[in-house]
Amino acid sequence: MTYRSNFLIMISCAALMTSIVWAIDAEPELESPTLQARYRLLINEIRCLVCQNQSIADSNAPLASDLRREVREMITGGSTDKEITTFLVARYGDFVLYRPPFNARTWVLWGAPLLFLGVGFLVFVRILRVRGNQPIDEGEGM
Amino acid sequence: MSRYLIPLMILGVLAIFFARGLTLNPGYVPSPLIGKEAPSFKLPRLKDPSLTLGSEDMLGKLSLLNVWATWCVGCRQEHQYLNELAQNNVIPIYGLNWKDDRVAAVNWLNTLGDPYVASAFDGDGRVAIDWGVYGAPETFLIGQDGSVIYKHIAPLTNEIWEMEFLPLIQKHCQKFSCSSGDLE
Amino acid sequence: MIPELGQLSLVLALCLATVQATLPLLGAAQGRADLMALARPAAAGQFVFVIAAFLILVQAFLVNDFSVLYVATNSNSALPVAYKVAAVWSAHEGSLLLWIAILSGWTFAVAAGSRHLPDVFASRVLGVLGIVSVGVMLFTLLTSNPFARLQPAAFEGNDLNPLLQDPALVMHPPILYAGYVGLAVPFGFAVAALLSAQLSQEWARWTRPWTIGAWIFLTIGIALGSWWAYYELGWGGWWFWDPVENASFMPWLAATALIHSLAVTERRGIFKSWTLLLAITAFSLSLLGTFLVRSGILISVHAFASDPARGLFILVLLSVISGGALILYAIRAHRMNQDGGFQPLSRESFLLLNNILLMLAAGLILIGTLYPLFVDALGMGKLSVGPPYFNLVFLLPTLPLVFLMGVGMHSFWRTMPKSVLVKRLKIPIILALLFGISFPLAVFGRATILTLVGCVAGMWVVAAAMLEPAQRLIKGDGSILKIRRSQWGMMVAHLGVGIFILGVTVTSSYSIETDQARAPGDSWELAGYQFVFRSTRDVIGPNYQAVEGEFEVRKDGRLLTVLTPQKRVYRVQQSPMTEAAIQSGLRQDIFIALGDSLGGGAWSLRVQYKPLIRFIWLGALIMALGGILAASDIRYRRQKQNQSQSSHDIDGSVAEII
Repeated sequence: MTYRSNFLIMISCAALMTSIVWAIDAEPELESPTLQARYRLLINEIRCLVCQNQSIADSNAPLASDLRREVREMITGGSTDKEITTFLVARYGDFVLYRPPFNARTWVLWGAPLLFLGVGFLVFVRILRVRGNQPIDEGEGM
Repeated sequence: MSRYLIPLMILGVLAIFFARGLTLNPGYVPSPLIGKEAPSFKLPRLKDPSLTLGSEDMLGKLSLLNVWATWCVGCRQEHQYLNELAQNNVIPIYGLNWKDDRVAAVNWLNTLGDPYVASAFDGDGRVAIDWGVYGAPETFLIGQDGSVIYKHIAPLTNEIWEMEFLPLIQKHCQKFSCSSGDLE
Repeated sequence: MIPELGQLSLVLALCLATVQATLPLLGAAQGRADLMALARPAAAGQFVFVIAAFLILVQAFLVNDFSVLYVATNSNSALPVAYKVAAVWSAHEGSLLLWIAILSGWTFAVAAGSRHLPDVFASRVLGVLGIVSVGVMLFTLLTSNPFARLQPAAFEGNDLNPLLQDPALVMHPPILYAGYVGLAVPFGFAVAALLSAQLSQEWARWTRPWTIGAWIFLTIGIALGSWWAYYELGWGGWWFWDPVENASFMPWLAATALIHSLAVTERRGIFKSWTLLLAITAFSLSLLGTFLVRSGILISVHAFASDPARGLFILVLLSVISGGALILYAIRAHRMNQDGGFQPLSRESFLLLNNILLMLAAGLILIGTLYPLFVDALGMGKLSVGPPYFNLVFLLPTLPLVFLMGVGMHSFWRTMPKSVLVKRLKIPIILALLFGISFPLAVFGRATILTLVGCVAGMWVVAAAMLEPAQRLIKGDGSILKIRRSQWGMMVAHLGVGIFILGVTVTSSYSIETDQARAPGDSWELAGYQFVFRSTRDVIGPNYQAVEGEFEVRKDGRLLTVLTPQKRVYRVQQSPMTEAAIQSGLRQDIFIALGDSLGGGAWSLRVQYKPLIRFIWLGALIMALGGILAASDIRYRRQKQNQSQSSHDIDGSVAEII
């Protein structure tokens, strides 16, 4: 994959970006508010592959509009959110989801919060113990 | 003393990743289809809509599927090379005309030459989505067994053909005896 | 001719910066007063030449000198004057020159404002700042020269990207850079302390106002960026966890932690190595941000055109500057350890926990931002880490932090009796629960647990922050006037945080956003407001043409306002762009934007209702105000003080805050 092709994609995206800055669905909303809400949530979590700084909800690229159409059809066709994301990942890889999946590749990512909190807690407790044993009136001045 | 080295070590690890990162291309999305069976499709042909072109037509031989459109600048750039490949009978090339205007597309091929055995007309882009297309031109290398061997995004050139496609073709043809003169 | 003078000016500045970066440090090590005395003049000289170079670039834009490549790429004769100036920092080369100019500004300020510091120390601080200057100047001159010529000159410029033709471009980068770059000052103070192998409480008192100063700019800069993205990009979002946004937020978190750590070091003389580490980390994160924006290793909406060669240079710069400081830290920090006890329930303890949680948050953001790079570099393919991850994960350290904030503010140093604490906080707790729960339910009629938690948290911080002044006001004995400016600063800053939290909670929970197709004559309802699409008309602007839509916004039949969003086409780049129209108020924003013309006069529209969204930026501004109050406290303006002044100002009341 050359820089040149990446460049071409970026150029077309930059052109799109300076044009209508974000996409507005001209389609009518879905009949059911629940489905519409699911639809909005989903399209905000799917990354546009052309204009990679935007979700397909916001991107103006034709591919984004095609993908929105797919999501809409799958939702009205009864697919679950999981089925929709699986569909997309099968074609574009994990890159297409803004919410990283839970798998062997991402255990560090999803485990980090708990790990950090654990380490932070241990550090805190240790310092408390050390400082608790020091005379309280020490310290320069004051 | 040792715990004071931790921040420096963290910086060191990060710096190594950053250095490596400078050689990478973050926007390139690899295809999850590689090694899997090519997505099945059946579409009307571009030039003669009464006929169809589908994945079945590509079975049993090594071939290329090239995603193109008249609005795609890079497709224009690689077209000359595709014509060459076709003229020299190197490998059959099938086209997937992606979200294009039929009349304009036919004119384009008539003017610039038609390297394709046939082009499928994917007006609404559904088949392209099945193939994970996101940035034309894209060229898929499909094996004898109907599996996707490789995907190249960006205009195809002789250099890329020789350095990326040929080695994979040779490896594939060692496993499956390939028909026709593919190995140039 | 003149652009070459600009380049020459920069080269001269580099020479002076080199002097500033070497001789004073040598002088400090050897005790040579003549070498140390070079620091201030070198800093002043460097400043003069850098500003000259910068002004020359501005001039090139103002006179439309399209023989300069950078001007030709980013400007146009029809561009309004304010944007010609702002275009100076709209792209890579010019923004680097801005970076250098701001660094030289801070350096000059330190040179001027450090006369009361011991010469050895001041020389070291200026020396370190000089090293940073040299690095960035070399980078600019060798790889990113803004004065490079275009041969033959262009007749016209390419024009500034329409997205950037906005008042916010005039303000956001300079203010943000003032913050980012300003963190070099506490960095300099920290390295100077490490070089001297000593760090006193006085040192903390010197460092703190500079840190708060940089923090103020960073706070305002980030808030401006968020506000700009909101009204300009039009999707109603105000924070996207974009890598470059994260790159500005992480230094902010570190700087906040640094300010709090400095409070402890100034007061008790402990946490010295933490403070040093935080000072080094904050500026390192700034440099990291510079690297991320300009190297192309991450995909970002803010990324300047990048190439790996430039990226490598910045990486080396980052490694040398941060690595050097961290090596020094590894060798010398352990000498700084100071005994000083405190109980688990004490102000020190809360501040420690505060810093741990802030740095945890920064660490989690760092991991999330860099994870796609880690995975790719290890050959494990590609993945994306976006808002769903960050929104979730960020709450983990910050929710506890927010609740602890209120408690820590009211704790004594060294030890805090639990009964006193509880007695003191009874009122804020009750107020928080009362208003936090009833407000969302009363106004919106529904709430999720998370919404209630957020509202209670916001109310809690507001109540805890304003408890002391409120009580003194009620007492009516004039004791409110005895609150020192630094104490006001602390309370106001925390008040800002509380307001921010309320804004975020309410807007995230109750915003309504719809896309719809409408034609003139249509009317509809949203969030209790009635909209009427009156008409469209054509408009001509200075460098664009536009279609303007006219929309009535009514509430209960009464006309509130007429909104006029525009769909513009900028003449030079022929690019369409949309300008949203916003009815903004403290209680909510009503937001309409034109999408595409659908034929027959109909348009696709995005209509949004954003309750309390202004609280987000208002909160940030109030935080910054708190910073200004804190930094301008009288004790920072004393000259050559040996003893910390605050010990004599204790009026015996609860919550000796600083």
